[in-house]
Amino acid sequence: MSFDVEQAVNLLKNEFPQDIINIKEYRNETTILVGKDKIREICSYLKYTLEFTFLADLTAVDYLEVKSPRYEVVYHVHRFGPECEENVRIRLKAELTDGDPLINSVVSVWSTADWLEREVYDMFGIKFNGHPDLRRILMPEDYGPHPLKKDFDVRNREASKESFEKALDDGAE
Amino acid sequence: MERVEFINDQDVVIHEDGTRTETMMLNMGPQHPATHGVLRIVLHLDGEMVVKAVPHIGYLHRGIEKLCEHITYQQCLPYTDRMDYLASICNNIGYILTVEKLLGIQDEIPERAKVTEVILFELGRIESHLVGIGTNALDLGAMSAFLYCFTEREKIYEILETVCGARLTTSYPRVGGLPLDLPDDFEEVVGNFLKTFPKTLKEVDSLLTRNKIWIERTKGVAVISAEDAIDLGLTGPAVRGSGVPYDVRKATPYLGYENYDFEVPVTNEGDAYSRYLCRMEEMNQSLKIIQQALDNLPDGPYIADLPDIVLPEKELTYTKMESLIRHFVIVYEGFKPPAGEVQHAVENPKGELSYYLISDGSGKPYRMRVRGPSFVNMQALSKMVEGSLVADVIAAIGSLDIVLGEIDR
Repeated sequence: MSFDVEQAVNLLKNEFPQDIINIKEYRNETTILVGKDKIREICSYLKYTLEFTFLADLTAVDYLEVKSPRYEVVYHVHRFGPECEENVRIRLKAELTDGDPLINSVVSVWSTADWLEREVYDMFGIKFNGHPDLRRILMPEDYGPHPLKKDFDVRNREASKESFEKALDDGAE
Repeated sequence: MERVEFINDQDVVIHEDGTRTETMMLNMGPQHPATHGVLRIVLHLDGEMVVKAVPHIGYLHRGIEKLCEHITYQQCLPYTDRMDYLASICNNIGYILTVEKLLGIQDEIPERAKVTEVILFELGRIESHLVGIGTNALDLGAMSAFLYCFTEREKIYEILETVCGARLTTSYPRVGGLPLDLPDDFEEVVGNFLKTFPKTLKEVDSLLTRNKIWIERTKGVAVISAEDAIDLGLTGPAVRGSGVPYDVRKATPYLGYENYDFEVPVTNEGDAYSRYLCRMEEMNQSLKIIQQALDNLPDGPYIADLPDIVLPEKELTYTKMESLIRHFVIVYEGFKPPAGEVQHAVENPKGELSYYLISDGSGKPYRMRVRGPSFVNMQALSKMVEGSLVADVIAAIGSLDIVLGEIDR
């Protein structure tokens, strides 16, 4: 019997009944919203028990003034299956509140996450608890703001919301 | 066994007899001919042995993901050229496929457009592998193989030029299909390439595959095991060279790849030579795919009939008021995909390239994330070179076949 997304979702639901918040399906892709506190346990379970050995991507999204909590960390995990013939991919999401966003690192689960988490930190300022070497990766070391935040001021290159609003006001005059 | 300890901000090598030596720190790059762009690697050396290698990236960062949040979906297309600029057509097609998935119009794309995209995608793969192999050989001192590769790559550029007018930065397909029908001599020029290319491939093969110096410099160098390769998230020839047959074209086929007869070459040693063999065979398989696609290139429409998304014909824009309005709205506001999010992966020459697009229902992407294969593959460098000679770092970088435009975005 081949393994499919539905099976993975059911197994996850049985294992972590409290932490699976929402399951969505859109354009044949399954998105699972999970609680951020258990993210490392869920990822370990996915990798070691369900054999999702490949972390395809790890990124974040800033939903400033669109929804609350503000940030989402997004994981794409992939299961090859025997002879790379199954190829099941699911998307995990964990929500983080504004302020001092912090989530457990998954570097101990997949080494791939090392640079990917560094990039998320660099671009969004989200900190990863337990990351071995969390420093900026693309931007200069002494650079202050985190550019992919929605309140990053593209014109003044200052990520304060005040200067964003000021720039908008200046534009209106 | 000697071991390395970190004492007073310095790596100290403690030898078997108790003597201590300090390591030397050497900056390789950012300006270095063998780093294929602006890459800086800080090497900690014990004599000629690499104790630690720390790559520093970001010198080419342009903020493509941020830029794309401020422009319409069509305007993002030229930015995708500038990531993996050695195979820009593959980036373009990957992006277009993602937007089409977001819009939910995959079934409307005409067959002629799909088959053409397959041909161009595989040409892009050959083009990128030629540069990968050619520069890898050049870095290790084999000048002639590089020249053969670049002559052939020039022919691919000429094909791209006849199709879309640009050579390097193609920005070619559009959401919905092709912007223009193919030129009349398209089948002829691609056919000619298919005839002449195997000869060059054989020449490159005879220059390198059994070349003693090439084998000595690449066999057993920069080895990565299958477990490590998966754990580090390697894709493309980097993972197939370690014996993992993961190829997106087979795993989750797009553009009708399931209908083509081809194999995924896998080599098991996990060293630089093994990745080289994998690339060589991939070019052969690409030729096979192009031949099949060319034989079955259908006639008919080249772009989907979707008035909300596809620009009207130029002729109509100039003569019909309604078409002019349509043109204006699509260019000015952009088409508006329904709110939602999709991820789509394609098998780029260097590995899995995936786009993750989030739409909030407006004409601009709310978030565009690019997972470039080079970025992730680059992580393996430290693991590959630690404990090897300085000269092998060059072989390792070349065999990973990275492109800095995509790492830094």
